[in-house]
Amino acid sequence: MAKTVEVKIKRQASTKDSPRWETFQLPYKDGGNVIALLMEIRRNPVTSDGKPTTTVVWDCSCLEEVCGACSMIINGDARQACSALVDALKHPITLEPLSKFPVIKDLMVDRIALFENLKKVKAWIPIDGTYPAGPGPRMAERDRSWAYDISRCMSCGCCMEACPKYNECSSFMGAAIIAQVRLFNTHPTGEMNKEERLDALMGPGGVAGCSNAQNCEKVCPKKLPLVKSIAEINRAINIHALKRLLFN
Amino acid sequence: MAKSKFHAIIVGGGLAGLMAAIKIAEAGANVSLFSLVDAKRSHSVCAQGGVNAAVNTKGEGDSPWIHFQETIYGGDFLANQPPVKGMCEEGPNLIYLLDRMGVMFNRTPEGFLQVEMRGGGTKYSRGLFAGATTGQQMLYALDEQVRRFEASGLVNRYEGWEFISIVKDDQGVCRGITAMNLRGDATAQSFPADVVILATGGCGSLFGKATASHICNGSAASAVYQQGAIYANGEFIQVHPTAIPGDDKCRLISESLRGGGGRVWTYKEGKKWYFLEEWYPAYKNLVPRDVASRAIHKVCREMGLGIDGSDMVYLDVTHIPAADLDRLFGGALEIYEKFAGEDPRKVPMKVFPAVHYSMGGLWVDYEQRTNIPGLMAIGECDYQYHGANRLGANALLSCLYAGFISGPVAIRYANGLEKKSNELNPGIFASEAKRRQEINQKIMSPRGKENPFQIQSELSDWMWENVTVVRHNDKLKKTDEKLLELLDRFDRMDIADESVWANQSLSLARQLYNMIVLSRVITLGALNRNESRGVHYKPEFPKRDDENWLKTTKAQWSPGGPIFSYEDVDVSLFKPRERRYDKEFKEEK
Repeated sequence: MAKTVEVKIKRQASTKDSPRWETFQLPYKDGGNVIALLMEIRRNPVTSDGKPTTTVVWDCSCLEEVCGACSMIINGDARQACSALVDALKHPITLEPLSKFPVIKDLMVDRIALFENLKKVKAWIPIDGTYPAGPGPRMAERDRSWAYDISRCMSCGCCMEACPKYNECSSFMGAAIIAQVRLFNTHPTGEMNKEERLDALMGPGGVAGCSNAQNCEKVCPKKLPLVKSIAEINRAINIHALKRLLFN
Repeated sequence: MAKSKFHAIIVGGGLAGLMAAIKIAEAGANVSLFSLVDAKRSHSVCAQGGVNAAVNTKGEGDSPWIHFQETIYGGDFLANQPPVKGMCEEGPNLIYLLDRMGVMFNRTPEGFLQVEMRGGGTKYSRGLFAGATTGQQMLYALDEQVRRFEASGLVNRYEGWEFISIVKDDQGVCRGITAMNLRGDATAQSFPADVVILATGGCGSLFGKATASHICNGSAASAVYQQGAIYANGEFIQVHPTAIPGDDKCRLISESLRGGGGRVWTYKEGKKWYFLEEWYPAYKNLVPRDVASRAIHKVCREMGLGIDGSDMVYLDVTHIPAADLDRLFGGALEIYEKFAGEDPRKVPMKVFPAVHYSMGGLWVDYEQRTNIPGLMAIGECDYQYHGANRLGANALLSCLYAGFISGPVAIRYANGLEKKSNELNPGIFASEAKRRQEINQKIMSPRGKENPFQIQSELSDWMWENVTVVRHNDKLKKTDEKLLELLDRFDRMDIADESVWANQSLSLARQLYNMIVLSRVITLGALNRNESRGVHYKPEFPKRDDENWLKTTKAQWSPGGPIFSYEDVDVSLFKPRERRYDKEFKEEK
């Protein structure tokens, strides 16, 4: 008999419905990933006990782990489905939606909170305008190189999923947002407005919400230096607060 | 949302769409940005290989004029020349702008922008890199600027929404769009706008074996083609020579690896054979993509010398010190390691050609306007900048440039309208939404046993096999017959999901229809063009034929299939000459 892969998927018809599990037996293909398994279900949406079902819904785009769309919980770990190779996973494979974000349908969740928080901390360089003003500020390659590491954050949400303090009971914004503040406060132009971003991280939802569990860095698919970034921002905020106390 | 004099809709959140949004919002106008995925997850993230701009900071004598000539020559003279010249001239300014927005471009030891020579078809250091993910970094910078305008109330995002159609008034003027929410109630809704800009990317994924993101299938461009927009040069589909094969998609291994010393070979009579170096002594492994893909095709299909009889050959960087590899190509090697499961520093990579880019797209004038008033197109979904073959690292530039110039044109057009779209009879919007919803209902109700994803697989297999690297007229004819069969089967489909909530199958089935219609434009365009030019190669007609075919293909939709007409190419700046890579290119002064 041809080799097969067993996949268990936690499904939910809409935000309001309750979840249910379905199991699929899928043909094994050499070198395949979780996305290829989900695509196989679409071509033949039948469960392992032979019952026709609806096609499974999930988010994906680039399929090479640079867009951050296909985050889900695979065998208990938050990660990207595209880079989860079937051969490297324990079987049966279980797939669940991220639990810290509202489920829209099946494995698709609503990560709007993440983008709203980027707005709150003003995660951008406030340029004067798009007219020609010559090159940007010079930067040491040394600084550019580690800033680049942080700028690879693809807003996938894995660090929030893994964080014990990112939950319904707290407004903590999570490691990804704090790291972005560090990125923009490092850039020579962004540095000119660093106080605004630090202010945004001083209040509720800010850096004080971190309990230093350090799960974020462990699950980050791009290996961002999240722990160090949180520590740096914490320090910057303390100095910022002290300055305000002394000089205002 | 703050009130402005007019309202623009931009469809597509990649580099081009975001740049246009910034230009329009900056002028104080309202923009609604529709995007299938969060803008930050658009296909621009996949561009690993840098962006070209002739900044000449290394004093090599590079200039926008040379960049222009190499782009035209690389494109085998099929591009209209004035807009390409405009793009090359604006290149340095666009890079400086992105630099000011905070893109972490690689630096020189003195802290200036670093430029490197790593692309095919040039001998100048013209590529700017932000680590190994240049496209991602530039996309993020633009996304952040748009977020800033969002915070100030000028931009409204509709992320997770799918564009369905444009809304036209009695005069045939584009007055808005219909769209549906893929993260909620997916009922077709209408949205008025004074000007609509499509920035919906290429159509690579309809070929299956493609480096394109899952979402890049040309559906939106096909939808407006079916509403009267002209589609140009559809037959020009670029196949990238070096990708990693995969069941879900092919992953690109950047050209920059060959630029940095990577060698392509296969076994011949038990020995390593570096066929590109033997056949193209002037450019060796750095010949343009169409030339390399044809060479690999010849080696694998005609000579039967692919690895173990497959379509794969080796791309070898094992002779380069590992420290250099990590510094220069970390990103690309990481992808190979992650997805192929082998360490390319130690074992040669197995690579395979895959569809990469569509030079063709919606016909636009030099100001990015389609033939439908009020509808513009920018980015990979237009046809403007790459002729018959695109040079490496020119794609990001063309997206930035088209987005940049489209904004002011859109503003001028909208300001000049006698009647704004919200002053029109609302009936035109309601009736288009109703018509589109009826089509949705029809697709959602089971009408037979056909599975849309199965139809899509067959479409991809046929298009990949017959309408890519080497094209034969008999096979093209058979492919078109197959496409008609698929269209017929489309009417007997069961999409296995009848709910209106976040129905991805509905969305994909809708896109599938558009993909098949667009495939006919590509296939028949290729059938008609009896010559070889750029990526379009026919063994029956192996030479370029300027006398008959120095022409833009223009396809117009009709119920019976595409109607083709041909338009002369503007070659007023650089006289056509033979394109060859066995000896070096000499530019005109």
